[in-house]
Amino acid sequence: MSSITDQEYEVAHSKAKAFYPSYERKAELQHQTHYCPGCGHGIVHKMVAHVIDELGIQDSTILVSPVGCSVFAYYYFDVGNVQAAHGRAPAVATALSRSRPGSIVISYQGDGDLSAIGSAEILHAANRGENITVIFVNNAIYSMTGGQMAPTTLLGQTSTTTPLGRSAAHEGYPMRMSELLATLSAPVYIERVGLGDNKQIAQASRAVRKAIENQVRGLGFSMVEVLSPCPTIWKMTPVDAQHWVRDVMEKTFPLGVCVDRTREAQPRPEPEEAPALGRIPQILGIAEEDSGEGAPMHSTLSGDIDLEVRVSGFGGQGVLLLGEVLAEAGADAGLEVSWLPSYGPEMRSGTSNCHVRVASSPIDSPLVTHPDVLVAMNEPSLRKFYASVRPGGWILYNGSLPPGEYAREEIHVMACDFTREGDALGDTRAANMVMLGALLEIAEGLPQASIDAALRRCVSSNKWVQLDERAIERGRQLYRELQQEVRHEI
Amino acid sequence: MRRQLMKGNEAIVKSAILSGCRAFYGYPITPASEITEAAALYMPQTGGVFLQAESEVAATNMLYGASSAGVRCMTASSGPGISLMQEGISYMAGAELPCVIADITRGGPGLGNIAAEQSDYHQAVKGGGHGNYRTIVLAPNSVQEMADLTALAFELADRYRNPVMLLADGFIGQMMEPVEFRERAVEVSLPEWAVAGTKEARGNLIASIYLEPDLLEAHNRQLEAKYLRAEREEARAEEWRTADAEVVLVGYGIVARILKAVTAEARAMGIRVGLLRPITLYPFPVEHFKRAAERARVFAVVEMSNGQMVEDVRLAVNGARPVEFLGRAGGNVPTHHEVLDLVSKLALQFCPAMQPEEVAHV
Ligand SMILES: Cc1ncc(C[n+]2csc(CCOP(=O)(O)OP(=O)(O)O)c2C)c(N)n1
Ligand code: SF4
Repeated sequence: MSSITDQEYEVAHSKAKAFYPSYERKAELQHQTHYCPGCGHGIVHKMVAHVIDELGIQDSTILVSPVGCSVFAYYYFDVGNVQAAHGRAPAVATALSRSRPGSIVISYQGDGDLSAIGSAEILHAANRGENITVIFVNNAIYSMTGGQMAPTTLLGQTSTTTPLGRSAAHEGYPMRMSELLATLSAPVYIERVGLGDNKQIAQASRAVRKAIENQVRGLGFSMVEVLSPCPTIWKMTPVDAQHWVRDVMEKTFPLGVCVDRTREAQPRPEPEEAPALGRIPQILGIAEEDSGEGAPMHSTLSGDIDLEVRVSGFGGQGVLLLGEVLAEAGADAGLEVSWLPSYGPEMRSGTSNCHVRVASSPIDSPLVTHPDVLVAMNEPSLRKFYASVRPGGWILYNGSLPPGEYAREEIHVMACDFTREGDALGDTRAANMVMLGALLEIAEGLPQASIDAALRRCVSSNKWVQLDERAIERGRQLYRELQQEVRHEI
Repeated sequence: MRRQLMKGNEAIVKSAILSGCRAFYGYPITPASEITEAAALYMPQTGGVFLQAESEVAATNMLYGASSAGVRCMTASSGPGISLMQEGISYMAGAELPCVIADITRGGPGLGNIAAEQSDYHQAVKGGGHGNYRTIVLAPNSVQEMADLTALAFELADRYRNPVMLLADGFIGQMMEPVEFRERAVEVSLPEWAVAGTKEARGNLIASIYLEPDLLEAHNRQLEAKYLRAEREEARAEEWRTADAEVVLVGYGIVARILKAVTAEARAMGIRVGLLRPITLYPFPVEHFKRAAERARVFAVVEMSNGQMVEDVRLAVNGARPVEFLGRAGGNVPTHHEVLDLVSKLALQFCPAMQPEEVAHV
C-alpha cells in the first residue's frame, strides 16, 4: 500500500466514492454537508472517505456516528451506518466488531463525546485493544449544544459555561486523552494531528490511513486525535480558526505520536469457529445422553411423598449441598422438587440455609415455612427455626445435648454430634451427609439408586463421592440405633 | 429431553443459546450474576460473544451494537444496574432493535438490599427510559418458565423489533427446579435491516434520531401501532380455579407460587378462591381481568412492593370490582398466613353466601 504524500492529497477537489453522490438522508441542500464553512469535521470526513476508497473497504466498513455536530455523518458516508448514544460509540463499535469480525468499524467522536460523557467507554475499549479505529475530533468545546465547556477546553478559554474563562482551580486542566490512553498496554497506535495548515492536514490524512490500515490488518485499537477548528463557536473566521489550532491549541495539545506498536503488533486471534447447531445441546450439557449415570429415572416409589425440609448452618458446613443432593435425588426418582437457597449477605455473615421440597404432585410454593424436618447444623440455626417445625415433625440437631430450652412437646428431636461423626469418617465436612443419611431414614421413600445418582451429579471428585456414601450410610445407622434406644421427645 | 435440576438463572442462559442468542454483555450484580457467569462459560463455546462490560451503561450500548449487527443478544442485571441500562433500552426501542434483558430484581431504592423484592415493576413495565416507548415484559414464576419465557422473549423481540425484559425476582433466579429445554438449537437468519459489514447491508442505517417533528411523530405512531398489536396478540396470563372464584388473588413471580398454595388451602376451607397470574406484565392481560371481574366479587393483589402492579389491575378492572392490596417490602415475603387471613376477611366481607363457621376457625 502506498502512502499519501502532501501533493497527492487534495482535500477540496475529488469526491470520494465512499460518500453518497447526493445526500438524500438530508432534508434540503443535498449537494452539501450541514457543517459550517471552515469546520474541521468536513475535512476529517473527506480524509476518512478517501482512505476507505484507497483501501477498498467500502462494503465492509461500519461507521459509528456520535452525538455532537457529526451526529449526521451517516448522511454522507455510503457505508453501513450506526448512530450511537452520546459517548457510547466505542461500546457500540466494540459489539459490532466482536460480532462482525470481518468488518471495519470506525468510531467517529467529538471531544465532549469521547473525553467527558464517554470517558469510560473509550478507556475500556482502548484497554481491551478492540480492533476498531477511533477518529477523535477535538475542537476544545461542545459545539452542537452551543459552546459549553468540554474537558478539552483550554485554560482561560471562554465558553457559555465558563464565561470568565476556564480556570484550573475550578474546572481542572484540559484533558489530554491521547497521552492518557497511550499509557495503556493494548493500543497499537495513537497519534495527535492537527488541521492548522496544509502540512498538518497532510500528516493528519497519513495518520488516518495508518489507523484504519491497522484495523484491516487486525492489529487492534488505533486512534487519531485531530485538533480541529470550529469557527462558528469560536467566533472566528475560518482562517483565524485554522491559525488558532496551530498557534494556540497545539501548545496545550502537542502534535505527534503518543504510542506506536504497529511494527511489533500481532493480529488479534480470530474468534473460534462456531460449532454445528446440532452440537449445542451437548455443549450446554442438556442433551439426552447428558443424563449421566443413574438415568433413566428411578420411579420405584410406593405411595405419595410430600416432604418439606429446611437446612441451616454455617457457611462451609455444606448446607446448600445437603439440600441439593436431596433435591437431585428427588428429581432422579421422578418426583417434583424445589431447592431455594438463602443468598447474599447472609452468605457473607457466615450463615446459610435452604428450603427443599420433594413431592409426588406439583409444588406450589418453594418456600418452606413449616418444615417437616429441620436440619440445624448449628445452634443459631436451631434458635432461628425450631419454632417453625410442623407439629409431628423432626429436628436433626448437630450437637450432642438435646437443647432443652427449645423444647417442644409435639416434635421429635435427634441430637447428635454429627461433626464428630464426620471427623471419624475422615473429614469434618462429611457431617452434612451424615445428617442427610438420618434425614433419608426419617423421610423414607427415596430409592438408594437415586441418592447415589444425585451424589455423583452434585459431587465432582470420586474420593468425595465415596466418603459421602459412607457418611450417608453412617447417618442411616445412627438413626436406626436411636430408634432402638430411647426416643428423645422434648 | 431429560428434566434437569437447575437454577433459574442458569436456565435462562441455556435457553437463550438454544434460542439463537450469540452475544452477551453484562456487568456483575447480585442476584443476577449467575446469568453473566454462565454466559461467560457457554457463549464462547457456542460461537457467541461474551464480554464483561465496564458498566451497565456500556453493556446496553454494546447490546445496541450487537443488535445493530443483526445478532440475537442479551444482558442480565438487577435494580441499580437496570437503572443504568435505561439509556440503551430507550435507544434500542427508538432504533427498533431487538434484545433481551433479564432483570432479576432485588430490594430498593438506592442500594437497598439484595433480597427479592418486586419494587421495580414500574421501572420495567412503564419504561424507565425517556420517550414514547414500551418494553415487553415477561414474568416467569418457575425455573421451567425461566427457560420457556426466555425462548419466547427472543421471538417477541424479533417479531416486534423491540427490547423484551424478563422480570423475575431473586427467588426465581436463585432457586433450582427440574427444567426441560427445547430439543434443538434454532437457526436464526440475518435480519435484512442489520448493519452487518457486507455489500448487501451497506445501505442500512440504525438510528433513533428524527429531527423533523412530523417524521418523529410518524415514527412514534408506528411504534405505537406495534405496541397496540402486541396488546392485542401477546397478552398472557395463567388462571387457576378462577372459573367459579369469588375472591381472585393476583400476583406474579414467586408471589404467585405462594398464592397458589393459599388458594388450595382456602378452597379446602370452602372459600371460592382463584388465582390470576399475569405472565406478560406488558402487555397487561386486561381481557383476563375483565372476564374474571364478571364473576368475582373482589380482587386481592399481593406484591413484594408497596403496590405497583395493583395500579394496572385497577385500570383493567376499571371499577367493576373492589381491588384490595397486600404488600411486603425490603425482602420480606408475604406469608401464607397473611394472605390466608386476607382471603378469609374478604370472603366474610364480600361473599355473603359463605358459611361463616367455615371461616371462623381460620
Ligand atoms: C446523555 C446526553 N447528554 C447531553 C446531550 C446533549 N449534547 C449533544 S451534543 C453534546 C456535546 C457534543 O460535543 P462534542 O462531542 O465536543 O462534539 P462537537 O459538537 O463539538 O462536534 C451534548 C452535551 C445528549 N445528546 N445526550
Ligand atoms: S458548530 Fe463548529 S463543529 Fe459544529 S459544524 Fe459548525 S464549525 Fe463544525
